[in-house]
Amino acid sequence: MAHLKNPILRSLALAGLALIGLQAQAGEVSVAVAANFTAPMQKIAADFEKDTGHKAVLSFGATGKFYAQIANGAPFGILLAADDATPAKIAKEGLGDGATRFTYAIGQLVLWSKQAGYVDAEGKVLHKTDWQHIAVANPKLAPYGLAAMQTLDKLGLTAQVQPRIVQGENIGQTYQFAASGNAEMAFVALSQVTENGKLREGSGWVVPANLHETIRQDAIVLKPAQGNEAATALMQYLRGDKARAVIQSYGYSF
Amino acid sequence: MPSFSPEDWAAIRLTLELAATTTALLLVLCTPLAWWLARTRSRWRGPVGAVVALPLVLPPTVIGFYLLVTMGPNGPIGHLTTALGLGRLPFTFPGLVVGSLVYSLPFAVQPLQRAFESLGPRALEAAATLGAGPLDRFFTVALPLARPGFVTAAVLSFAHTVGEFGVVLMLGGNIPGVTRVVSVQIYDHVEAMEYTQAHWLAGGMVVFSFLVLMALHWLQPREPRP
Repeated sequence: MAHLKNPILRSLALAGLALIGLQAQAGEVSVAVAANFTAPMQKIAADFEKDTGHKAVLSFGATGKFYAQIANGAPFGILLAADDATPAKIAKEGLGDGATRFTYAIGQLVLWSKQAGYVDAEGKVLHKTDWQHIAVANPKLAPYGLAAMQTLDKLGLTAQVQPRIVQGENIGQTYQFAASGNAEMAFVALSQVTENGKLREGSGWVVPANLHETIRQDAIVLKPAQGNEAATALMQYLRGDKARAVIQSYGYSF
Repeated sequence: MPSFSPEDWAAIRLTLELAATTTALLLVLCTPLAWWLARTRSRWRGPVGAVVALPLVLPPTVIGFYLLVTMGPNGPIGHLTTALGLGRLPFTFPGLVVGSLVYSLPFAVQPLQRAFESLGPRALEAAATLGAGPLDRFFTVALPLARPGFVTAAVLSFAHTVGEFGVVLMLGGNIPGVTRVVSVQIYDHVEAMEYTQAHWLAGGMVVFSFLVLMALHWLQPREPRP
């Protein structure tokens, strides 16, 4: 810049460079978020934007649907999946960067009822026969549904409970069946019924982790965001203390 | 070569049962309603017509959500069905029928209404002069003349119910053989990344829908060529 003798020109050029620099710094990344992680991610994304200047644009939905969209060229930069199988598949198929994969949250399963005092602290209500419906997310599609079925298996209750199961397509819908009172109770994610570490309403039994396989929720950077600074920053941010505090307050562990 | 699984067949059978039941009920229920809409001068004609058309513009998830809530233990329909000893409707076949009746209502009412409106007063007046009573006029003159309207109403109601997804998803609980219809089964296949099975059913739906619309075209009386 030695040849820019004129101080005005020089400062203009510097300002221009600074602008370009800012643009490169304040990036944007679109994130496909598993439905069960909706509430914590909204908080985290707001903090992320405040703390780093980067913007995370969020889409919420079922992991299986996101996979179909990603495989068909959807411009998502990051997938926060509800499981660990989908990110693994994405890495294997070259749709994302396998090296970026990590578990951002471990989900907790809860048996929940809208009625206070309906679900006891040990889930004994499952053995009773005086209720009509229990809502479970489709085990083929939703990790929480699979964990619920594993739990029933482990308790030896599958045959007895099966005729009374109604399926939600995802845990959002499963929650709705119980929240509207049409099903007496439901197996849902603790994150859906918890706020600040407490049940928002009704009664629940947090299913012990040894009754089902761990619900690992993995994140992965997808092809469209390779080299995207905002994407790298968000993956980093999700591991930070601030984000983890939010994640924990919604009933997830690590 | 993979083709339909037993679950797929169960879904297909259930879907056809649901569509047939819904269509039959709609034709019976909508005939008097369409007749009234076509002939009344009441100031309620506009509002009733708008309510009938609502399912055309509302997202099915809205219909399904409200039905789920109103049919639930705290909803008015839920109270009514429980009081009548029918139990609650969500997660049952009759519940899906009620949902489908609402969802496909305009597809039955509107063609019938058009058909009745286009009858004009002359044929009915002539029948009256010949001594036919109101019921007689309706069954022997109006209904036969409105036949194309009934064909359209039946075909559209049937096809629209087959294509129903959002309402069933909200109300059904995805129970095999009871509430898992073809559209939900396709959704499940796609979500589970079973694309081959999804293609079989989805392709079947495309062919079916095309044939239905072609049938509608063939069944309509043609305008006589000059």
